[in-house]
Order: sequence, then C-alpha cells, then structure tokens
Amino acid sequence: MALLPDLARSPALREFTYWMHRYRRTWRGTVVVNVANPLLFLAAMGVGLGRLVDDGGSDHLHGATYLAFFAPGLLAAAAMQNAFLDSAGPVFQSARQRGNYRAAAATPMRPADILTGHLLFTGFRVLTSALAFVVVIVATGAVPWRHSLLLLPAALLTGLAFAAPVAAWAVTVTRSTRINGVFRFVLLPMYMFSGTFYSTTQLPDWLRAVVSVTPLYQGIQLCRELALGTAAPLDSGVHVLYLAAMATAGLLLGRRTYTRHLYG
Amino acid sequence: MTVTISSELLVQASALRKVYDSGFVAVDGIDFQLRRGEAFGFLGPNGAGKSSTMRMLGCVSPLSAGSLRMLGLETAEHGPEIRARIGVVPQDDTLDTELTVRENLLIYGRYFGLGRAVIRERAERLLEFARLTDKADAQVEALSGGMRRRLTIARALVNEPEILLLDEPTTGLDPQARHLLWERLYQLKADGVTLVLTTHYMDEAEQLCDRLVVMDAGRIVAEGSPQDLIRTHATREVLELRFPPGEQQLTAGRLAALAERVEVLPDRVLLYCEDGETALAAVHAERITPLTALVRRASLEDVFLTLTGRTLVD
Amino acid sequence: MTVLSAPHTAVHHGRLRGAGNMVARNLLIYRHTWYLLLAEVFEPVLYLLSIGVGIGQLVGRVPGLGDSPVAYSAFVAPALLATAAMNGAMNETTFNMFAKLRLNRTYESIRATPMTAQHIALGEALWAVLRGTLITTGFLVVVSVLGLAHSAGILLVLPGAALIGFAFASAGLVVVTYLRSWQDFQFIQLAMLPMFLFATTFYPLGVYPRWLQIVVECLPLYQSIELVRQPSLGQVGFQLLVPVVYLTVFGAVSLRWAMRRIDRALTR
Repeated sequence: MALLPDLARSPALREFTYWMHRYRRTWRGTVVVNVANPLLFLAAMGVGLGRLVDDGGSDHLHGATYLAFFAPGLLAAAAMQNAFLDSAGPVFQSARQRGNYRAAAATPMRPADILTGHLLFTGFRVLTSALAFVVVIVATGAVPWRHSLLLLPAALLTGLAFAAPVAAWAVTVTRSTRINGVFRFVLLPMYMFSGTFYSTTQLPDWLRAVVSVTPLYQGIQLCRELALGTAAPLDSGVHVLYLAAMATAGLLLGRRTYTRHLYG
Repeated sequence: MTVTISSELLVQASALRKVYDSGFVAVDGIDFQLRRGEAFGFLGPNGAGKSSTMRMLGCVSPLSAGSLRMLGLETAEHGPEIRARIGVVPQDDTLDTELTVRENLLIYGRYFGLGRAVIRERAERLLEFARLTDKADAQVEALSGGMRRRLTIARALVNEPEILLLDEPTTGLDPQARHLLWERLYQLKADGVTLVLTTHYMDEAEQLCDRLVVMDAGRIVAEGSPQDLIRTHATREVLELRFPPGEQQLTAGRLAALAERVEVLPDRVLLYCEDGETALAAVHAERITPLTALVRRASLEDVFLTLTGRTLVD
Repeated sequence: MTVLSAPHTAVHHGRLRGAGNMVARNLLIYRHTWYLLLAEVFEPVLYLLSIGVGIGQLVGRVPGLGDSPVAYSAFVAPALLATAAMNGAMNETTFNMFAKLRLNRTYESIRATPMTAQHIALGEALWAVLRGTLITTGFLVVVSVLGLAHSAGILLVLPGAALIGFAFASAGLVVVTYLRSWQDFQFIQLAMLPMFLFATTFYPLGVYPRWLQIVVECLPLYQSIELVRQPSLGQVGFQLLVPVVYLTVFGAVSLRWAMRRIDRALTR
C-alpha cells in the first residue's frame, strides 16, 4: 500500500499527467485515426475481400476464415501505427517548437522521467485503441472471447516495441519531413509485407527471411497465434522476448538521447 | 535633392467607412487626399483603423460606405487595374517561404504580367536596392527580420508602382535595421515614389512624413505636417518629472499651476510649457523635489496625448 | 541610383495567363522538392505489390467486367491508379493549400497584385491536375514494367487521370476553405478512407447487396475507377461517357463554388 503514494508523486507520472491533460481536449479527433481507421480496414478487407478469399479456399490460411486470419494481424499493425503516431511527431514537436520538453527539463524531472512519462501515455493510447478494436472483433465472432484476453497485452507489447525506439530517435530529429519519410518508406512497407493481409509463407524465401526479423512480424505472429488458439510456449515465447527486447533497448537508448538532447 | 509634390491628386477618400461582419466599426467616416510625390502617414495606436484603411487602399477590402478614388479610378470597380500600379508592404511579411530570395521577386513580377526579361533585370536592381544581392539564392527562412522587410519592400517595387503602401514598416525591427530601412525609404521618396505609411512610432512619422493624419478609434482627429501639428496641439517644450512611488499623486495637484497643461502618466508627470528650464526652477521654488527632471522638445507623442488623453504605445 | 527608371509596363492579364502564373510558382518550388512526387508513386506501388500479388494468390481470378474473369492484380491495378490520381490532386489542394491560405498567407500577398481569386483557384486546380497526372504516369510505368498492362487501351488512362485530378482538385479547393485547423483534416480522412476502401478498389461491386451497390455507384471515386478500369481491361465504349460526364460536372461545379469561397476568404 505504501507504493501507491510514491508512484503518484513519481516524476514520470507528472509527465504522463501533462499528456493526459492535453488529451482531454483532443481525444475526440484522435478517435477517427486510432479507432475508425482500423475498423474500416477490418470491414472492407476482412468482410468484403474475405468473401472472395474464402471462395478461393487457399490452404495458406490453415482453415481459418479470412476475417479470423486478418483481424489479429490488423490489431498488431494498428498498435504499431498508433504507437508511431503518438511517439514520433509529438516527441519531435515537444523537443522543438512546442518546447514542453525544455520546460519540463527545467523542473526537477530528469530526461529519463520525461521519456518514461511519454511512453506511459503512448502505452495508454495503444491499449485503449486496441480495446475498442478487440471488442468489435469479439462481437463479430471473428475471435472467440476466451482467446481475446491475452490480445490486449500482446498489442501493448507490440506498440511499446515501436514507441520506445521511435521516441529515442524522434528526439534527435531536426526536420519534420524525416518523420513522414520514415512512416512512408519504413512503416508502410512493413505494414504491407509483414503478414498483415496474407501469410508470409506466400512470400519468396529471401523476402520471408527479411520480414521475419521485423518487430511487426513478431507482433502479428503473437497476436495471430493467440487469436487462433495456436499459441505454443516456445514460438510465442520467442515473439514476446523479441518484442520486450526491442522495447527495453529503445528505453535505454532513449535515456541517452533524451539526456543528450535536453541537456545539450 | 528636393522632391516636388505635384498638384495631381492620386488618392481621394471621402466619408470612408469600414464595418466588419461582426459589427465592429474599424473606420468611421474619414476624408483625406494625397498628391503625387507626397509621403503621407497615418499615426495612431493599435486598433485605430490604420490597417483597415490600408487594406481598402490596397483594393482588397470592400468599402462599407463612402468613396475612394485612386489614380483617377474608383477602387470598387477597378481593383486589378489599380493594384497593377501600386505596391503593398503588409504588416507581416507574407513572403513565399518555399522560394529563395530571388525567386520571390521573379515570381511576384509574373503576377503583374511582366515579361521575363524585364523582371530579371528589375530583380537584380531591386536586390541591390534592398542590400540583398549576397543573399539572392538563400531561402527566405534564413533571413533576419530586417532583411525580410527589405525583401518585402523590394517585392512591392517590382511593378515600379506609383504609390507604395507600407503598413507599420519598422514594427518589430531593432534600431539598426530601422535606420537602414528609413534610409531606403528616403531613397524611394527622392525617386518620386508616393509613400503612404502607417505607424505608431512618432519618430518614424516625424522623419518620413511630409503630412500626416492622427487616427483614434476609426476617426481622424488631426491633420497637418509634423511641425504644424506640434505647434498647434503642443507647447514648445516639455518638462518630464519622476517621483518616488506613491508621491506622484500627492504632488501632481501642486504642479498644475506651474505650466500651461499637466499630464499625469503612470510613471511620470509631463509639464507643457514654452520654456522647460523656467518651469523646472518654479518647481524647485515650490520645494518639490522630483527624483529626475528632463527638459525636451515637444513631439508627436505629445500631440497624440493632448488629442486623445492616451499614449501611442502602451 | 534611381530604382524606378522605366515607365510603368504592367498589363492587365487574362484568366489563363493568371492561372499560368500560379503553375509557374509551384513548378519553381518543385524544382527543389521533386522527390516528394516519387513518394506518392511509391504508395500505390506498395499496395499493388503487396495486396495485388499477395491477395491475388489467395483469390485467384475475379469476375471482370465482361464475361471472362481476370487476374486479381489486373483488377486492382487500375483502381490504385485512379486512387493515386485522386490523392495526388487532392493532397495538393487540401494539405498544401491550407498552409498557403491560412498560415503563410501566401495568397494575401498574391491578391495585392492584379491577380484575382479566380486566377488563384484556376491556377491551383490546373497545377493539381498536372501533379496528379504526373504521379499516375509514374505508376503506369511501373504497372507496364510489371507486365500488368494488357491492352493498348491503357493509354486512355492518362486523359482519364487528368479528369480525375480535375474533379478532386476542385473538390479539394472547396473543402480547404472550410477547414479551421490541422485537426479538421481528420474529417477529410474520415470521408476519403472509406471511399478508398469501399469503392470497388479491392473487390467487385457484386460483393454488396443491391441497395449498397447503388450508394457505391454514386461515389466520385467509384466513377473514377470505372473510367480507368474499363479501358485497362479492354472495354472501350459509350458506357465510358457516364464517368466522363459525372466527373466533368462534379469538377466544374466544385471549381465555381471554390472560386466564390476563395474570393470571400481573401476579401475582408
């Protein structure tokens, strides 16, 4: 019980509170991007395209309907996208024009606290968006509810595996066009080829090898195994370890880049 | 070099009014005339209606009432024709930040329908005029505030305008940049360009304007040359006195008898008189001891204070 | 030194010449940032390689427009092309114009010259059409290299892309005058994304029940896709007039509306 008051006074939580305070004014607009966007893809591709795919009867999907196959993949991809949107641009702006990082750095908060607070907020956003998505896919019957409980931590882990390294990088960025460039030329190809829309077993061997080391592939596999009920301790354990390692590495790197940038 | 002001009327405004959709009356029935070769100023605090008047002169803001003729044409019907023959320097530099310094001039010239060769030749001359030849290929974002303003003026000259409208040309510039800008504007005046400018700096109005109007709350409250206005609405000299906090109000009443007029400002008391030293001697004779005392010549600031009871820059 | 030597030479210019000045300005800017156009070609190519090829393996052939089914990638490619033309034009008249209209006040300084709101609107629409057509051409080259262009009718795609660009550039000009802040762009996305996903981009109209088919047929993107998909799949005939008339009217009405709105925005 003594832990709670300490936590409430922790500097990282103050940064989290700052972001929540801003969020109170803007959350309505962000619902469009974070929730409506993946649901529209789910309806168009999962349901509409699903009718064509299911007629085709391909064995790449291992007997699952296209909707059941696509939904967990999209959950992981949306977690990646939401994590990126909340850590890249906002970190860049906070460190530059908006100046709220510099303002925070002038208080007793350390750069590591600012980073942790920001990541807490990003995690909160990834989790709430994932929750809305999971409720919908369970309601449509695409995923049995027993399988859905572990999907939330899996989506959160996928999000943090992106948010932490992206924040560590974004604080060093000097031009906003870089962020658009990374989104277009790194995230979008990953989204397209890491097994969101179809099984990576369909890809040529060399491309499959490249794709399997991307964090999105690991996140998609984890979510898909959980949703289809095919999770095995070894395989799924590797995905979890990989994603946790990415998040931790991002956090450690971010402490250094934040310190260098905010005190430099 | 003397500048001749011809009798030709370039601008005739009568009963000019601007009321915005919100119901706010920005300009409340003003009359003025402008002759070729003149440097004409609108002096007034923020919100006096100067910028609204300038936008109407720029033919981009329809009149709510009254009439405005420029270069012999009604602004309401001949906007594009008039705009082809005037230059506009807006209050904020609306330069094209995606283009370089030279490109800003080249593309702006095209908006006037000028030929490429003509624009190219003028751009080089204007870069030199604006002291920006070294920066010709720099991005606009890399320029200082003074440079940006000079580029905006150069841009407004690309069509060789007969009238140049300048809305607060030196607001926000440091003293050195202001002086360079004034020097460039003198040059234009010497070249015979008719200048219309707004300002809330009295020194700027005194230095640049042949004739000016003082505006307050959308109306013209006085008109004349800077010297005329000072002679008519202020005394020859002003004695400024500062007191320790709290004592000012107590002594102000006793000072009233010592000058033609006394103004009490938050931080000092002004005594309007013909001879400041004599007035100061009288103050000392009354056993009043201010912290500091300064005698100076009356300025447009005093004219404005007399006319409206307020200072120009708060 | 005398700055003003020559007599006054400015002339009053016609509508097209004024519009041409806006195009010239944008070309000058794109001399520095032409690679941004490549990025807009990149996106539909990604969709084509990923979904066209990957989903194609799962789906096989889909019902085409005539009797014979077509390969899935050949079905998707024209739709992605129409979408690229749409986005290429509309990004320009919404995102890029918003900055010029509200933030940098570029248009205010242009309005201080003999240029009018009509010149500005027409010029920006013309430029957006040019840009949309350029992006489409780039995408068409990729499609041909990949061997997905089966019919010479695919060359009809270029004038088609210009018309699509015109329709959406003009619509974008109207929309941009109603935007108050960057936050409002989310509403554009809220309209554009469902249109992209549901206007038969990824699967044929037959998937929907009849009432939904009628709704989809009324969408400008559906008409744009038809305009490109029919000739790409070798169907050239009078039925092409439907999308042509639709998009021409849609674009012309939008442009007139945009001119009025921009004039109001610049005249206070």
